[in-house]
Amino acid sequence: MARTASDAMPAAALPGTAAPAGALGGILRDAALYALVAFGLCVPLVAYRTDPGPEGLVLVPRWGLVAILCGAIFVLRLLQRLLLLRRDARRALTASPAQATEAVAGEPDAGQKTSKVGLKVFVAVALTLPVLATLATGDLASSRYWIDLGILILTYVMLGWGLNIVVGLAGLLDLGYVAFYAVGAYSYALLATTFGLSFWICLPLAGLFAGLWGMLLGFPVLRLRGDYLAIVTLAFGEIIRLVLINWTDVTGGAAGVSSIPRATFFGIPFTADEDGFAAKLGIEFNTMHRVVFLYYLILVLALITNFVTMRLRRLPIGRAWEALREDEIACRSLGIDTTATKLTAFALGAAFGGFAGSFFAVRQGFISPESFTFLESAIILAIVVLGGMGSQFGVAIAAVAMVGGPELLRNLGFLSAVFGEGFDPSEYRLLLFGLAMVAMMVWRPRGLISVRMPSVSLGERRAISGAHVSEGHG
Amino acid sequence: MVAPVLTVEHLTMRFGGLTAVSDLSFEARTGDITALIGPNGAGKTTVFNCITGFYKPTEGRLTLAHADGSTHLLERLPNHQVNRTARVARTFQNIRLFPGMTVLENLLVAQHKTLMRASGYTVLGLLGLKSFRDAEAAAIEKAKGWLERIDLTARADEPAGGLPYGAQRRLEIARAMCTDPVLLCLDEPAAGLNPRESADLNALLRHIRDAEATSVLLIEHDMSVVMEISDHIVVLDYGKKIADGTPEEIRTNPSVIAAYLGVEDEEVEAVEAEVGLALPHQEHTA
Repeated sequence: MARTASDAMPAAALPGTAAPAGALGGILRDAALYALVAFGLCVPLVAYRTDPGPEGLVLVPRWGLVAILCGAIFVLRLLQRLLLLRRDARRALTASPAQATEAVAGEPDAGQKTSKVGLKVFVAVALTLPVLATLATGDLASSRYWIDLGILILTYVMLGWGLNIVVGLAGLLDLGYVAFYAVGAYSYALLATTFGLSFWICLPLAGLFAGLWGMLLGFPVLRLRGDYLAIVTLAFGEIIRLVLINWTDVTGGAAGVSSIPRATFFGIPFTADEDGFAAKLGIEFNTMHRVVFLYYLILVLALITNFVTMRLRRLPIGRAWEALREDEIACRSLGIDTTATKLTAFALGAAFGGFAGSFFAVRQGFISPESFTFLESAIILAIVVLGGMGSQFGVAIAAVAMVGGPELLRNLGFLSAVFGEGFDPSEYRLLLFGLAMVAMMVWRPRGLISVRMPSVSLGERRAISGAHVSEGHG
Repeated sequence: MVAPVLTVEHLTMRFGGLTAVSDLSFEARTGDITALIGPNGAGKTTVFNCITGFYKPTEGRLTLAHADGSTHLLERLPNHQVNRTARVARTFQNIRLFPGMTVLENLLVAQHKTLMRASGYTVLGLLGLKSFRDAEAAAIEKAKGWLERIDLTARADEPAGGLPYGAQRRLEIARAMCTDPVLLCLDEPAAGLNPRESADLNALLRHIRDAEATSVLLIEHDMSVVMEISDHIVVLDYGKKIADGTPEEIRTNPSVIAAYLGVEDEEVEAVEAEVGLALPHQEHTA
C-alpha cells in the first residue's frame, strides 16, 4: 500500500503545475488501489460468516457488506486526496507566519470565529437545558434523561477544568486525578453520615481536604518530571482506591457508603411533606425539582471553577504556572519559587476535584470505590488533552463529546437497516472511541482548540498558535 | 573604593572525579563589566552555574554585596533565592525564553516577586483590588520601557518563540533586567549574532552598566565584544585562573596566548611574533 501511495505522489505534489486531469487520474487510480487492498482484506475477514446450522457450521455469504466497505474506502480515500490537493495548493501560496521578520497583523481564523459563536451557544444551552429538555420531551418528568445527562456532562466539564490547572496550565502530567474526586466524595459521605453535617458545610470542607491531599501528593513528586511524575500520580490514585476498599471500619470497604443525605435547597428538603420545597413555594410536588436543582448546582460549581481559573491565569501565579510549563529552569533563574508554584497548582486542581466529588456523592446518595477507578482518571485526562491543553472552552466541548458521544450511540437504531438485525451501535463504543482518538492525533494533535490566548497584551489580544506552546514535561 | 559586587574565593567544583573548577578566586567590581573568557571546556559555565545557584560548589565562598552594604553568601541560598533576595539575574547559553508566551508576558513573569506581593499572594488579586491593578499597570510600563530599548515594541504581543534569534537574545537580557538585578550574568550573549547585532549588544550592555547601575559578568567567545566593552577580564583554562586584568594586559599576557593557541611556554615569543598578537581573531585553536 505504501508503494502505491508513493507512486501516485508526484502527481499530487505539484498541484499548480500538473495538468488537473492527470492529477485526477492519479488520484482515482490511487483510490481504486486502496479499494482493491480493502477487498483483499475483506474476502477472508468479512465475506463469509459462520453460523451454527442444524448440521454443524454453515457459511453465510455477505458480499453486499464487502461491496459497501470497499466502496466506502474508495470514496473516503478519494475525498482525502482531493482535500489534501486543495490544502497543498493553498499552502503553497501562503507564507508561514514563522518566517515573518516584521509584525504580522493576523486575522482571526475560521476556528476562532466559530469558537466565539460556539461559546455563546454553549453557555445559552447550558443555562436553559432543563427548559429546553422539558419543551422537547413534553413534560418535566420525561425530560429526566436529558437533565441527568447534562449533570453527568457538567461533572466531567468541572473535573476537566480542575485538571486543566494541573496539566494544561502548569504542565504537570497527573494520571491520578480521580483520587481527589474520591477524597471529596468520601469527605462529604463520611462527614454527613457520621456527624450529620449538612452539604453546604461539607462542600468547602471536601475541597479543603482534597486540596490538602493534593499538597501531600505534591511534596514527594516535586522533583519528578514527565513520565516519572505520571507513574507516581497513577500509583497515588490506586493507593487511595485500595485504602478505600480495605479500610472497612471507616469507609465501609467495597460495599461503599450508602444512604448519604440528599441535597437540600439551602436547608429546605425536597420532600412531599409540608416542610418540603414544593409546599413552601406553594407548587405541586415533583421529584424532578431536586434533579433540576442539582443540575443548576453543578452548573454553578463548574462556572465558579472556570471563573477562578480564568482569573488566576491573569494573576502572577497563573503566569508563573504557564512559565513553569514552558521552562522550569528559566523560572528559577527569575526568582520564582517552583516548589510553591507547583504545590499551589496541585492543591487548587485537587480542591476543584474535591468539590466535584462531594457533588457526586450528594447526587448519587451512594458511593463505593468502584466509581474511582483508573479509567475515570484516563477519561478526565483524555478530555483535557482532546480539548486542547489550557483551553477552557475546548475542555468543555471535549467533555460533551466524550460523555455525550456514547449516549448518542444508543439512538442510532436506524443503522440496523444497513447492518442487519441485531446490530447494536453501543457495542462499538470503544472502537469508535479509539478511532476518534487516532483521528484527533492525526489532524489536531494539540487538541480541538490548540491556540493560547495571552494573559495580557498591549494592543489587540491575538491568539498564539499551539506550535509555539510547550506541552509541559512535569 | 567601593566593595566588589561579587567576590569569588577558592571556588572548587567537582563532578565525581572531574574537577571542573579548581580553587578559583576573582572579584567583579561594582559598576564594571567583567568578562570571563577561556577556551571551550575551561569551566566558565560551571562558574556561572555556581554563582547563580544552579550548582552547589564543592568548596569556596561566593559573596555578593549590595549597594546598601548588606552581603549575601550565594552558595548557601536555594536556587531561586539567588535571584529573589541576592538579586543576581542570568541568561543562558542556549536561550531559555518562555516560547509560547508573548514577549510582554515574558517580561511580566520576570516581575513575579513584585506582582505576587502586590496581589497579596493571589488572594487580593483574585478580588481584583485597585492596588493590584495599579501594580500591574506599573509592571507593564516597566516592560514597555525595556521593549522600547530592545526595539521590540511592535512585536510585544507575539509569541517569544517566533522571534528571530537576535531578538530572542535581546529579550532574554531584558527579561533578566526586569528582575532588578545588582549583578547580571550573561552566558555568551553575542553567540550567533551578526556584526550589527553585536554592536547593538555592546550599546545595550553599556546602557545597563551606566544608566541602570547594574554590574555585568559575562562569558563570551566573541573577542570584538569582550575587548571593546569589558573593564576587567578573567581568563580560565582547565578550571584554573591563568590571568586577570584589563583588556590590554590580557591581550599581551603570554599564558593567555599559550592557552588559546596551544604552544609550549618557551615558544610563546616565537608565536607572538608570527601571529602579531592576533589573539582576537584566533580563538579555539587549542
